[in-house]
Formats: sequence, C-alpha cells, structure tokens
Amino acid sequence: MAVSGLIMLGYLVAHVAGNLKVFFGPEEFNAYGHWLRVMGAPVLHHHWALWIVRIVLLAVVVAHAVSAYQLSRRDLKARPTAYVHRRKRASYATRTMRWGGIILGLFIVWHLLDLTTGTLHPGGFEEGKPYQNVVDTFSTWYGNVVYIVAMLALGLHVRHGFWSAAQTLGVGNARRERLLKLLANTLALVLTAGFVSVPVAVMTGVVS
Amino acid sequence: MRLNLRVWRQKNGGSEGAMATYAVDGISPDMSFLEMLDTLNEDLILRGEDPVAFDHDCREGICGACSLVINGDAHGPERTTTCQLHMRSFRDGDTIDVEPWRASAFPVVKDLVVDRSAFDRVIQAGGYITATTGSAPEAHATPVPKADADSAFEHAECIGCGACVAACPNGSAMLFTSAKINHLNVLPQGSPERETRVLDMVAQMDAEGFGGCTLTGECATACPKGIPLPSIAAMNREWLRARRKVKG
Ligand code: HEM
Ligand code: SF4
Ligand code: FES
Repeated sequence: MAVSGLIMLGYLVAHVAGNLKVFFGPEEFNAYGHWLRVMGAPVLHHHWALWIVRIVLLAVVVAHAVSAYQLSRRDLKARPTAYVHRRKRASYATRTMRWGGIILGLFIVWHLLDLTTGTLHPGGFEEGKPYQNVVDTFSTWYGNVVYIVAMLALGLHVRHGFWSAAQTLGVGNARRERLLKLLANTLALVLTAGFVSVPVAVMTGVVS
Repeated sequence: MRLNLRVWRQKNGGSEGAMATYAVDGISPDMSFLEMLDTLNEDLILRGEDPVAFDHDCREGICGACSLVINGDAHGPERTTTCQLHMRSFRDGDTIDVEPWRASAFPVVKDLVVDRSAFDRVIQAGGYITATTGSAPEAHATPVPKADADSAFEHAECIGCGACVAACPNGSAMLFTSAKINHLNVLPQGSPERETRVLDMVAQMDAEGFGGCTLTGECATACPKGIPLPSIAAMNREWLRARRKVKG
C-alpha cells in the first residue's frame, strides 16, 4: 500500500509539473510531449523510457489496487457486526479512502482512453498535438466535471495516504507528527490545485 | 436521575442478541456507570429476570476488565475507563445505548461480556524477558536514559482493556500491540529479545483475526490511558528493523 502509493505520488508530482507547461503555449507543451517520447535518448531507443515508466506505473497501480482489496477484506472481516449506536468516525479524507480509490481507478481508465489513446476523445484526436487535445477535452462540460471531481478525490486520498504511508514505514513519531501532516496537506493541495488549474484555464479562455 | 437504557442482551456466544430497553430511576450523578448498572441488575433480580452480564474488577481504572461501548464510544464520553465514568456525564431523562466491544477477535460470551483472550495470546507470543530472578538488582546497575524510561512507562500504562480494538472501524489491535512492544523494546532489559518479540507478537496479532491498520486514529482517541497514535509508527519501525536484522 505505502510503497506503491508513494511511487504513484512521485509520478503525480512530475505529471502536474509537466501539465503546467500548458500555460507557456502550444509550442512548448507539444515539445514537452515530444520529449517524453525521446526521453533517455540516445542511450535508450525512442519511446523506451516512456514504456518503462508506463510498465512500472501499471504494475504499481495493480499492486496498490490488489493490496487495497486484501486490506479491505481483512478489515471488514475483523469487524463483522456494526454498533447499533452509530456515530461519525475519523476525518472525511480517512473515511473516503476506499471510495476515493475506486473513483481514482475509474478516472485513470477514462483519462488514458481520452488523452493517451484518443478512443473516447471529443473532437479529432491527434497524436503529437497534446495541446489541442487538452483544449478539446476541457471544452466539454463532462470533461471538466469528471476531471475536477477526480482531482478533489485525489487531494483527499493523498491527504490521508501520504501521512498514513509515513506511519506504515515507521517514519512518524510524536515530534514529526505536525510536519508530516503539513507535508501531506501541502502535497494534496499543490497536486489538486495544479491539476485543476488546467481545465479552469481552458474554461476561462486563458488557454485556448 | 431517571434514565432510559438500551442494552445489548445475548444469552450466549451461539445465540442471536438484540437491544432491550430498561428504565432506571433513582440514579445519583455521583454514581459510576457500573454502579448504575448494579442498580439496574438489583431491579432485574427482584423482578426475577436475568441480570445484565458485564465485566468489571478493580473499579478504579487500573485492571482493564470493564468494557462497554456507551452511545457508540468505547468507555463512553469521557477519556477514562467505564468504571471511572460517572453519571454526571449524562443528563436526567437521557437514553443511553450500551453495547459490547465489537470485533471478530473478541467474540461475545454473554450480554456485554466478550472474550479478550486473544490479547493474552498476543502477550504470550512475546515470550520471556531475560532477567535474573532472586533479589532485586542494584538500581544503578543498568542505566536507562530518561527519555527511554518515560517512553517505556507511558506504554506500560496500557491495561489491555481492548477499547482500541472496539473503537477501530477495522477491529485492529495495532495500538495495544504497539504499547506492549514499545514498553519493552526501548529498555535495555528488553533488548535481548527485541527482534523476536516484535515479529512474534505481530504474527500472533494477525493470526487472531484482528484487522489491518488504516491509521484512522480512533484507537488513540478511545484509549483511557492515552497511548498515543505515533506508537503504531514506532512499532512498524521496530518490525521493519527486526525483519532486516533477522534476514540479513
Ligand atoms: C487504483 C486506484 C486506487 C485505489 C483502488 C486505491 C485504494 C486505496 C486504499 C483502499 C488504501 C488504504 C486505505 C487506508 O489506508 O485507509 C489506499 C492507501 C493509499 N493510497 Fe491509494 N488507491 C488508488 C489510487 C492511488 C493513487 C493514484 C495514489 C497516488 C497518489 C494513491 C496513494 C495512496 C497512499 C500513499 C496510500 C497509503 C498507504 C498506507 O496506508 O500505507 N492511491 N489506497
Ligand atoms: S492501548 Fe489503550 S485502549 Fe488499547 S488495550 Fe491498551 S489501554 Fe486499552
Ligand atoms: S474495572 Fe478495572 S479498569 Fe474498570
């Protein structure tokens, strides 16, 4: 859970930084998209580095989902009877880890079909023209809604997940508690704000 | 005070249980929660009914025997044991729900009594502590840094009541086990078995069917002895360290 989550988190930090290049115009954003394909050259053949990243990410997403399933099954089995007197438990981010994770999993599938393969893309999807593709997606109302909802779910997942992973790996202690919580909240906020800024920019015409 | 109680009644481990409603009158705000239940039981006995079974022993907050989920909170609304909870925490006319600890590792024996021997087996899995018996050792023979002594003492306060498991939505025993492990693992006296202790106790905890930890923090909020949440991270650190040492 913790290791796979942290690897994804590392990827997301790089991903949000890359996405923000959209604000520097189509040339720079498309050139960045091209670089992702030649990254590692000339040591590696074209696309190889990209495929390595993709394979690692796929393995990590599967590992994360499988361990989430196993953990959830174990936890539900350990507490088969609910209390008659119910009350709200834990924070919102903590309570929504399972549903938030499922939303993120579905989002990842839609996101790949939309902007990587172009299968579900609205308008003419063109490889090598990511700038236009992004503008097309965020010119539809559902593109914006799906994306923004998923990014809010991501923020919540990271808020509890990052701090939780630190405890799992034994990094937390009483003195670091506040620092770790601050770091988790900062990461969650930066990722969510960074990702959401792109559809907002398209909606307001800053990026077109 | 006059109260309306809704209490979990269950004949034995094999039977189905249900909440039953009782009215109790003449409760003083200075009574403890258990004395209030004693009053109810006296009434029930006089009426020829089966009294409500609940665990208790010291009634002074040190043994860990008492165990009730009161209005959804393990040990009730105050941060103390049920025996140290007083009726002044409630208001005249209140309806109070009383339920047993809920976890598959703590099966209900009767009414509000659950079997917590899973905790005993986790403690047993920790094994012995290498220490010479006989006359008390010279107090200065083994120096212990102040911070370590404080930490050991803080964790030694755990009374094994199981409120952490009862409060955890995953029925996890991480807080209890971490209290036991940190108590001994920070001390020089506990260091000969430092690795086997954490590995064996965690393995036993898993074997007992306690749930996995998702760091909800409910355990530390419920703990009457204030065992802090970071103790779980400290146990994970001990476990990872022991795995590296035993393997490498
Ligand atoms: C396939 C989609 C996903 C599913 C089904 C999923 C589900 C889960 C579940 C059930 C947990 C444990 C619940 C808990 O601790 O309360 C968890 C923890 C976590 N998740 Fe995810 N998640 C997904 C995607 C992600 C993504 C994209 C990230 C990257 C930011 C991530 C990062 C984490 C981290 C760091 C943890 C904490 C691990 C720990 O407690 O040690 N997850 N996830
Ligand atoms: S850690 Fe606290 S709640 Fe858990 S058994 Fe020990 S004293 Fe009770
Ligand atoms: S009866 Fe001993 S702690 Fe409550």
